[in-house]
Amino acid sequence: MVAIRPAQASDLPAISALDARLTGLDKPQYWRDMLAPERNLLVAESEAGKLLGFIAGEVRAWEFGQPAAGWVFAIQIEPKQRERGVASALFEALVSRFREKGVTRVRTLVDRKDHLILSFFRAQGMVAGPSLQLDMDLA
Amino acid sequence: MKLQTGTRLGLYAVLELARDPERTLSAADLAERFGVSSHHLAKVLRTLAAAGLVRGGRGASGGYRFTGNRRRTTLMDIVALFEPAPGQRAKEPGEDTDIGAALQRVLLEVDEIAEATLRSISLETMLKPRR
Repeated sequence: MVAIRPAQASDLPAISALDARLTGLDKPQYWRDMLAPERNLLVAESEAGKLLGFIAGEVRAWEFGQPAAGWVFAIQIEPKQRERGVASALFEALVSRFREKGVTRVRTLVDRKDHLILSFFRAQGMVAGPSLQLDMDLA
Repeated sequence: MKLQTGTRLGLYAVLELARDPERTLSAADLAERFGVSSHHLAKVLRTLAAAGLVRGGRGASGGYRFTGNRRRTTLMDIVALFEPAPGQRAKEPGEDTDIGAALQRVLLEVDEIAEATLRSISLETMLKPRR
């Protein structure tokens, strides 16, 4: 059984550690900032209270000229707990919060070489959005 | 974006068979459903069988069924059976010039986006009823 609830300060070490293990990047301050009231950081935990995964997002309006949309910033699942619907449950929980805030679109940004996460969002029903992301190297 | 006929038929056949892996359909059944050549479809089904995605097809009326993994197989896996990989394409005249090279960079960008899209959609996702 998976329980989903808003993250608290006491969850931050486990969230930070899981993210650092999966991305190779340690960014505790970033996760602390995600506890801000206008943001949504949700955790999935087992009956024993162990962290299974988390999702982070926020409603943003007029970013790049676009009307309000719920943005998904990050989703990470403990590798041993995958293929059990934890990520889908987290995504659904975040999307319900976005709906409660009155937004009708959910949006994210994914590395196009990250087929795993791209497939996950596709399986949730997401498709290419109206924007194209552009980059330029300043080095 | 335009796919070669074989690629399109391969996608039609795999998706139709994957819709119900218990069901058996012949090249003629599939050809009738999509209004395409059954001769071309029979050839496409042999390629799909060699890749392990479908099985069967003894004789002209022999039926095929889906034997792949709906969650693990992506649209790109099917496309790659019929279209040359971008890196293995024959060099076009003019590619060595500065304009040719600049054009290649743009086309590569388009290819990469198309490939990311095709690789992110599993047969399972494709066959899900749309919300």
